[in-house]
Amino acid sequence: MAAIEILDLEKSYLVGFWRKRPKVALRPLRLTIEEGEVFGFLGPNGAGKTTTLKLLMGLVFPTAGTARILGRDMDDPQVKSQVGFLPEQPYFYDHLTARELLNYYGQLSGVPAKGRSARVEQMLARVGLSDSAGVQLRKFSKGMLQRVGLAQAILHDPKLVFLDEPMSGLDPMGRREVRDLIQQLRHEGKTVFFSTHILSDAEALCDRVGVIHQGELRGVGAVAELTSETQGRVEIVFFAEKVPAGLANLGAETRVSGDMVNAVLPEQQQDAALDLLRRERIQLISLTPVRRSLEEYYIQKLRPAEERQEDERREENRKGASV
Amino acid sequence: MNSGGMNARIGYIAFNTFREAVRDRVLYNLIAFALLLSGAAILVGEVSIDIERLVVVNLGLTAVSLFGVIIAILIGIGLVSKEIEKRTLYTVLSRPVRRWEFVVGKFFGLTGTLVVNTFFMAVGVFLALLYVAHKFEKMDAWVLVALYFIVLQFLIVCALALFFSSFSTPLMSAVFTFALFVIGSLAEDLRGFAIITQGVAGLLAKAIAYLVPNLSALNMINQVAHGDAIPSRLILYNTVYALLYSAMAISGAVLIFQRRNLK
Repeated sequence: MAAIEILDLEKSYLVGFWRKRPKVALRPLRLTIEEGEVFGFLGPNGAGKTTTLKLLMGLVFPTAGTARILGRDMDDPQVKSQVGFLPEQPYFYDHLTARELLNYYGQLSGVPAKGRSARVEQMLARVGLSDSAGVQLRKFSKGMLQRVGLAQAILHDPKLVFLDEPMSGLDPMGRREVRDLIQQLRHEGKTVFFSTHILSDAEALCDRVGVIHQGELRGVGAVAELTSETQGRVEIVFFAEKVPAGLANLGAETRVSGDMVNAVLPEQQQDAALDLLRRERIQLISLTPVRRSLEEYYIQKLRPAEERQEDERREENRKGASV
Repeated sequence: MNSGGMNARIGYIAFNTFREAVRDRVLYNLIAFALLLSGAAILVGEVSIDIERLVVVNLGLTAVSLFGVIIAILIGIGLVSKEIEKRTLYTVLSRPVRRWEFVVGKFFGLTGTLVVNTFFMAVGVFLALLYVAHKFEKMDAWVLVALYFIVLQFLIVCALALFFSSFSTPLMSAVFTFALFVIGSLAEDLRGFAIITQGVAGLLAKAIAYLVPNLSALNMINQVAHGDAIPSRLILYNTVYALLYSAMAISGAVLIFQRRNLK
């Protein structure tokens, strides 16, 4: 069963004081996330990531379209007991302590009174806040609030977790802990839908990613496939103090560092380059196909439509030529 | 979601609202000020020979009413708008909580806060009464009824503050609610004016007179200060009126809030 089925969800706001005109926040979005999947929703600030999450959480209402969450209509209040949500830069009731806040949210989520306290303590420990559990949230740092946010999102053991920029405001250690937490959720069989603009996190964690820009979903793909696509180029590394003559004729881009040379050249020239190195009695260190990084995929999807079409045409031609 | 869960959720939200209010220092300052005013009533009473009781009840209950209304407006206007502005609402409404449950829970939380406040301020008034009269009299029981009416006033003011807070900024909500409180306190005069006015102006005056909350009917301070009894029929009418008026304002708040996008 699909965990999330977004069916042409769209949102526009009326802006302006006198003459109100619609501003599109999300163009019709169609997307399916499978159960147990970790999905990364990528896009620059203002791309429509938060709008999508707010629509799914029922915090804003769609202009058109709908979505099904865990097999139910997204408006069904029952859905919410199976869903956890961490908003972007969360802010909580600062008159409460972390323990009181989690207890309150546990009550609202229907966590049974028996065992609620134990569950709260368990969550506090899981996000490393046991020592600060009795401190009012007004004294918490941004990073600590983010941890509380994560704890409240998974407190009621939801099947599906939405995280809006979960790494924002965290130091490198905190980011690593969040990454570990998402990994744990994956092992527990939860579905995680998280938005981010930190591509390395998405590459490390996600099964699939979607790129959204200017309210439009520009592309969706499995991270493993996107990054396994070769660019039709190879990278050759060998011991040499200068670039051998003739390599440039093969279309290689070279870089010398110390006694090593790094050369990137078209796949078709690979054999010719190796012959050249053999002839020159140069010791080869490695030969690897150049893979596309998630960043390249992301940047490509963010470019204007004409440029993207041009890229795709070039890609098709290249594939055709290599077959 | 069963109704038990629904009632429990409203209770949890109400308790959290109450807890937030009692942890706010502003509240204690206001209560302290109201108690100080009750104390000052003794001094004023002492210089007004034979009318000590009248002065203490009048000043004491006016202080309870005024500071209660200030608290109701100060907290009430932020109940919904502050939660939207600070985005604390996101993690509440992403749980199995319906929007109307949130609004109703907030209302109960604030009225609970005001009932507790009124209790402490009322204790101050009765201590002042005891100080000037050295004993309680039978007519002091009517002071309790006047206090009950003050609580009914708070109910209406809370509901109005919540209503305005569901679609407007805290500042505008405060202005609207306070304006309605002032007009509502003059509702009887407004109704009198509406009766003697003819034509379109008369109709308009009538509409306004019946639309604004009749808070003057809930103000029995002067009567009880003079030791006058309050008819039991009035207690019933006022109770029904205050409950219906508050329910209507809360329903309005719910209807608006149900459709609101939390940007």
